[in-house]
Amino acid sequence: MENKDALDLLTGQIAKFVGLVGKRLPDDVTAKLKELSEGEEMPMAKMIYESMEKNQRAAEELNRPSCQDTGLIQMFVRVGTKFPYIDSLKPVLKDAVFIATKEAPLRHNTVETFDEVNTGTNVGTDSPWLYWDIIPNSDKLELDVYMAGGGCSLPGQGKTLMPGEGYEGVVKVVLDLMTSYGLNACPPLLVGVGIGTSIDSAAFMAKKALMRPVGSHNSNPKAADLEDELTKAIDSIGLGPQGLRGTKSVMGVNIVNSARHPSVISCAVNIGCWSHRRGTITFNSDLSYESSTHKGVEL
Amino acid sequence: MKKILTTPISDEDLKDIKIGDVIYLNGHIVTCRDVAHRRLIELNRELPVDIKGGAIFHAGPIVRKVEGEEDKFEMVSIGPTTSMRMEKFEKEFIEQTGVKLIVGKGGMGANTEAGCKENKAIHCVFPAGCAVLAATCVEEIEDAQWRDLGMPETLWVCRVKEFGPLIVSIDAEGNNIFEQNKVEFNKRKDAALEGLYPKVKYIK
Ligand code: SF4
Repeated sequence: MENKDALDLLTGQIAKFVGLVGKRLPDDVTAKLKELSEGEEMPMAKMIYESMEKNQRAAEELNRPSCQDTGLIQMFVRVGTKFPYIDSLKPVLKDAVFIATKEAPLRHNTVETFDEVNTGTNVGTDSPWLYWDIIPNSDKLELDVYMAGGGCSLPGQGKTLMPGEGYEGVVKVVLDLMTSYGLNACPPLLVGVGIGTSIDSAAFMAKKALMRPVGSHNSNPKAADLEDELTKAIDSIGLGPQGLRGTKSVMGVNIVNSARHPSVISCAVNIGCWSHRRGTITFNSDLSYESSTHKGVEL
Repeated sequence: MKKILTTPISDEDLKDIKIGDVIYLNGHIVTCRDVAHRRLIELNRELPVDIKGGAIFHAGPIVRKVEGEEDKFEMVSIGPTTSMRMEKFEKEFIEQTGVKLIVGKGGMGANTEAGCKENKAIHCVFPAGCAVLAATCVEEIEDAQWRDLGMPETLWVCRVKEFGPLIVSIDAEGNNIFEQNKVEFNKRKDAALEGLYPKVKYIK
């Protein structure tokens, strides 16, 4: 394949995948919502879960974005140093979002700050927002695509604590957020928590936590245990779907952590709503692909 | 049996509806959000659609022109936006327009409670994120006013059939489900925190 043809193909495939992410929830989220719906005991909450399910079916049948807020697009890029198109990847990703905006279609959600104009294309200054990771000796590209909606981005918060405040301070930050902003962020939520040194690293890890599958656990046994304890604690509040009460509150809590400076402990929270539109796709060097979140997908 | 309201809605229709009830709507609902509220209340401009006894939807939809037809639109996707942004205007809005049903997302505050109680109106929540479900309840877009505001803010007059589920969050007595829940949620949160603290003593 000529280089230009290959780049066009890659751009087109990523554009289609972005569109798909807006129409079909990842398999883990779909399964969790089903489980929550079946375990729900309050009739109104059950009815809301049924509406969600109906909506997802209709979105697929009519080929339309399942929620009207298709977010600002964020991506985690893990690119192998031997991936043949590494040099052109940044413009490819931007173009893909531009194309998806027209073809999917996506709502126009990129407003230039200060100038305060909507670009109308979902492309702008550092939009889509990209995180890069280089994988040595690999010839693959692995991509997480995420639609950061307004309602679910709004609760995002972080705090740098003194060690004296300890992890008690951390769990308080998380729970306080649930009854203030979390309530309106379309529960059942996926709660991403980052714990480390400075506020920027904590915020980054909190978003990275949202890329982990629902039901997965941190590799540190203590952190994994805290994920379960936080899930139980937030569930005991009984926010229910739409924050209108229910048996549970969350799809889960994912923690990502790093080492910290001895004098500080920073924590941050990022929220995923029930319509957690995240997709992971892996391209090989010949541009064949596979998705771990949307099994069997054909673009 | 499904409880269905039909526009025009009377005070009598709302008498037996309580917070937490689930209802549906037949008839007309008009999208109406930030700037439309501001124009009526702050700029004293008359609303170009008569919504006495009617319903409004705090929403900014995606609509599509119907191919080959003059000035005809189709609803692609419509979901509620945060109602709280309209709180500042809603009491006067209800008084001036005679609207009976307000649909949106999340709770509203004391101002709207008072407006609902004094003028007999209710606020309902449509489950957010269910934008295709809502769009398929719209039979036809019959009119579009204040189009200078752009697609999200235009007043789209929609004829709907069994539009819902609508969960009543403020009833015509001014009871507010979100305010009641908040008290309970905070109590439970404090209890949950007390249970968590002894378990997170990692720093020793
Ligand atoms: S919080 Fe999520 S589901 Fe709710 S309106 Fe926003 S994007 Fe849609």
